[in-house]
Amino acid sequence: MNKIKSSEITPEHLYLSRRDFLKSMGIVSASAAILAACGMAPESTPEALAAAASDAQPTLPPSSSATDELGDPLNSFEDITNYNNYYEFTTDKERVADLANGYPTSPWEVQVGGLVNNPKTFSIDDLRKFEIEERIYRLRCVEAWSMVIPWMGFPLSKLLAEVQPKAEAKYVRFETIYDPEGMPGFKANPWYQWPYVEGLRIDEAMHDLTILSTGLYGKDLLPQSGAPVRLVVPWKYGFKSIKSIVKIDLVTEMPTSLWMAAAPNEYGFYANVNPTVDHPRWSQASERRIGEFGRSETLMFNGYEAEVAHLYAGMDLTANF
Amino acid sequence: MKQKIINLQLATHVGALIPFAWMLWDFFTHNYGPDPIREFTLRTGKTALVLLLLSLACTPINTIFKFRQALRLRRPLGLYSFMYASLHFAIFIGVDYFFNFALIQDALLEKRYAVVGLTTGLILLSLAITSTQGWQRRLKKNWKKLHKLAYAAGILAVIHYIWLVKQGVTQPWYFAAVLILLLALRVAPIKKWAGSRLKGV
Repeated sequence: MNKIKSSEITPEHLYLSRRDFLKSMGIVSASAAILAACGMAPESTPEALAAAASDAQPTLPPSSSATDELGDPLNSFEDITNYNNYYEFTTDKERVADLANGYPTSPWEVQVGGLVNNPKTFSIDDLRKFEIEERIYRLRCVEAWSMVIPWMGFPLSKLLAEVQPKAEAKYVRFETIYDPEGMPGFKANPWYQWPYVEGLRIDEAMHDLTILSTGLYGKDLLPQSGAPVRLVVPWKYGFKSIKSIVKIDLVTEMPTSLWMAAAPNEYGFYANVNPTVDHPRWSQASERRIGEFGRSETLMFNGYEAEVAHLYAGMDLTANF
Repeated sequence: MKQKIINLQLATHVGALIPFAWMLWDFFTHNYGPDPIREFTLRTGKTALVLLLLSLACTPINTIFKFRQALRLRRPLGLYSFMYASLHFAIFIGVDYFFNFALIQDALLEKRYAVVGLTTGLILLSLAITSTQGWQRRLKKNWKKLHKLAYAAGILAVIHYIWLVKQGVTQPWYFAAVLILLLALRVAPIKKWAGSRLKGV
């Protein structure tokens, strides 16, 4: 990841996205917005400051940078925590936050076992003892929208190192909490094969970009974002980044994920972001960045091609979608 | 009696425009959530579908309840459906894809849900153009045949919605259920049965 000098840091609340431009239409002069959109020190223009003040949320937590390494601005905390795919609560992305509000995520345990020499149950406090770092990643949903999110977390490889996978372990299988009493989506959507399951090949799991996240924007995860701990695999479609994990197993067989079971012709095991391999029913060539108008072209491996392409050398990515 | 008809027509116009006024209100008060394009695409699309189904409901309402005034609402409901479908399409082309024709071609002409949506729109367009009394005269018997395409538009619109969502998302199936009911009420034996049941009450 490119480090950005502290002098270039713009606090998130000062950043003027295109949607904020729309919001402030008639309040801010267009010139200030254009300056801001070009990343030209928006805090230095009085108009932008006024706009920022009108939008300011004093409680907004910090992030180390206003953009990802490609220069794309971060999505707001509000957007990230109010637009969620979490079918255990509801299939309505904009109602998840409400329904998940107050969902108990403490105490919490993650059982790590299967083909390991040192099976171990981690409490959430144990997980927070790993060195937590910020990772600003693009998140590309299979539904062709995307966000830029400043996650807090640690590489999954560090957790796996503690449990010592055996040589025969080929895949990692993850499981979300199964709580039909506490989460209304189980009863509302009984046709899915709950609990939510996802999997990674072990080399994908060991890759430095693959993290277990416990927070975003410097704060603990909220329930709608998969509190207290979730996976983030930035080069794969969002549904691979399983939320609210209770179980991690090292296995020999390729795990069948919930979406592979639900529609095997549409959702594969790999689910790598790939603009040249369309979803059977819609194009994956472009995406809509939440908070912006128009579309941008989707990048191979979501822009992480240099880091991860070698994992799939020689593989047919159309067949292994 | 005459006054009743006018009231019903007025209620139809007002009712059909309320969703539009509501969308404008939400747009200008910024009440549209994190993904406004999706929000307004879905809202215009669903409103178009609801109005199309209401338009298709007029004939069965007349045959079952002997409520002739309902027949006069088919045209305005159909035209309003076309209006919302046009907004839906305009948002897709002009805002979502921002006139990026390479991407539009990829998304619109190569994906079955989009092809079905476009076909629905073209049917509604042809019905809207020929909805005037002048065209009714000119097309004579063929006018009725042509306007039977409204059923096809209803079926295609529901398929368009079903193909858009992920497996297990239920909302399009409620629309499908209503559509199947409306189509079933046109099948002679069912129509007769429903009519006699109601007369008996």
